[in-house]
Amino acid sequence: MTLAIAGYFSFVLLKAEDKSELLIGEASHGHFQIELACSSCHTDAFGGGEVIQSACVDCHGDDLALAHDSHPRKKFTDPRNADLLEVIDARQCVSCHTEHQKEQTHPMGVTLPEDYCYHCHQDIGESRLSHQGLAFDSCASAGCHNYHDNRALYEDFLVENSGQPWLQVVARLADSNHAANQAPTRLPVQIADSQVQRQQHDTITGQWLLSAHGRAGVDCAGCHTQGSDMDQAEWLEKPGLAQCQSCHALETRGYLDGKHGMKLAAGFSAVTPQDSTLQFQSQALHEPQGCTSCHGAHDFDTQNAAVGACLSCHDDEHSRAFLNSPHGRLAQAAIDGSKPWAEAVTCATCHMPRMTHKNPGLNFAAATPGNLSLEKTVDGGASLGEGHEATENAVISVVHNQNLTLRPNEKMIRPVCMSCHSLEFAIDALADETLIRNNFSGNPKQHIESVDWAVKRVKH
Amino acid sequence: MKKTLMTLAMATVAVGLTGCGEPESKGVDPKIYTDSLFAVMKADRTNYTKLVVKRLGPAGANVIKPDEHWKDIDNGTLLPAQMFRAGAEAVAEMTDDFTYSLQSIWPINSQNAPKTDMEKKGLEYIAANPGENFYGEEKLGDTTYFTAVYPDVAVSDACTSCHNDHKDSPKSDFQLGEVMGGVVIRVPL
Repeated sequence: MTLAIAGYFSFVLLKAEDKSELLIGEASHGHFQIELACSSCHTDAFGGGEVIQSACVDCHGDDLALAHDSHPRKKFTDPRNADLLEVIDARQCVSCHTEHQKEQTHPMGVTLPEDYCYHCHQDIGESRLSHQGLAFDSCASAGCHNYHDNRALYEDFLVENSGQPWLQVVARLADSNHAANQAPTRLPVQIADSQVQRQQHDTITGQWLLSAHGRAGVDCAGCHTQGSDMDQAEWLEKPGLAQCQSCHALETRGYLDGKHGMKLAAGFSAVTPQDSTLQFQSQALHEPQGCTSCHGAHDFDTQNAAVGACLSCHDDEHSRAFLNSPHGRLAQAAIDGSKPWAEAVTCATCHMPRMTHKNPGLNFAAATPGNLSLEKTVDGGASLGEGHEATENAVISVVHNQNLTLRPNEKMIRPVCMSCHSLEFAIDALADETLIRNNFSGNPKQHIESVDWAVKRVKH
Repeated sequence: MKKTLMTLAMATVAVGLTGCGEPESKGVDPKIYTDSLFAVMKADRTNYTKLVVKRLGPAGANVIKPDEHWKDIDNGTLLPAQMFRAGAEAVAEMTDDFTYSLQSIWPINSQNAPKTDMEKKGLEYIAANPGENFYGEEKLGDTTYFTAVYPDVAVSDACTSCHNDHKDSPKSDFQLGEVMGGVVIRVPL
């Protein structure tokens, strides 16, 4: 009996495609898509905690570096912190983010009680009179601090950006030019003549002519071919991510890092809305997500991808409220042509903002059709939220990893909200859960005092 | 008899093999080890402060901006204390053989105040006895450390003016050449 059980689980562990029998508990909302890709985190069956830690850093390290992580592991390795580590071992990600415990996982994937700041910062009231008497679990839950990302919340930044009007001039979106700058200069030569294809498909040809691909001269062969030899490329009926990646390398990387593509990146079939616990339109539940799900197969309409495509799937309260919200009305005005598109505020404006690469000599990983892997390139000159200030030589791409600016939501303040709004207004708005649900239709009902306190401390 | 002889022979071989090991190494005296490390740290710290921050910062050519939030500003560069900590953190990623940190009984960042009894004792000693170092042993967690504390002296008016004017500094009358804090070096024994 024992041998039979051991044999069964050995088969599941080593051979079976479906490893759900091995799950010790449901994964968090961040990892549920890859919970059956055991080796994504458990990279070595014989390793200890360092194996898991290394897996965490492999996926999240770049984002933490971009976030100027306030509590990196290296801050806790000095032996003088030995007493603190006995309470919370902050050197290990899993100390706060334990997986397979969905029933006790808080927002941000935190599995610790919400008083975790208190253990190290309990004496903060002695140096900050404003902090005396604050609730022990209010540090990171009141719009004031985050554990990792405080780029929009640190004191000097609060002071520097205080006293601004709540609404400033609406920023204009810079055009994304990454593909135009970085795409291969030579396109594959297909066996089948593009002219013939165009004659056979009038409607598609019409859509293509109006698209950015048509304007740039990227014809049928640009996407509908496969093989590494550009002179002997074979016709490909259904181009996939690999073909898009050959020109849109940064967008593809972001897509694979985000919720829409992470399942694909782990080697599974593409995610469908029904895999998620969020609310979606019923007709979209079984649609596998890929580039053309949002961009269309031949028209590649980025305006539709920025609003219509999102709302054709997402059906939660925030999404449903968008079109009648102040932001949504700006989007609709741009769609009907009464405002320039650059002034539209769409779903993508906030959730897939533009990234400016100050260094135009970026070394993008070479991407070839058929090769889905994309080497991570840490671009020290990349920054979010400067699309509207882009310099002449800047390379601009659209962030396709919507998580990069989503959680905690204060991540969105600098790259997105402050393009048009004051810091104080943005902090207040993002701390108001009702306002988030109605898609910012109205004013914040509460005021977060962090900017006031910071300014007061500087003046004294 | 044969069995006794065999046992004796094997014991002789075993003793012989044991004796064939490398001569016992005395190693470097922890005090010399930490003194040497401190010499390198002090040289680098002084050079960064004088040759980079002072020379190229606002008091010099004004082409770099030393700032706590240096990552967030164009041409920003690390403050000398941050540069020192960045070195300590980089070393910690390379070796566990020693650790070091910059601390003070008048810290701008309260996380850099002394925490252990040995740190408090050492920092008070070097402040009260200019020019002298402090050495001791302490147990942190389940490890015993040789702990050395060296004076960190204001080598430039960039040090004193920044600390004296900072809103979080508990002391605002530092003078050039004065002990502002200490470098704590630990070696696990």
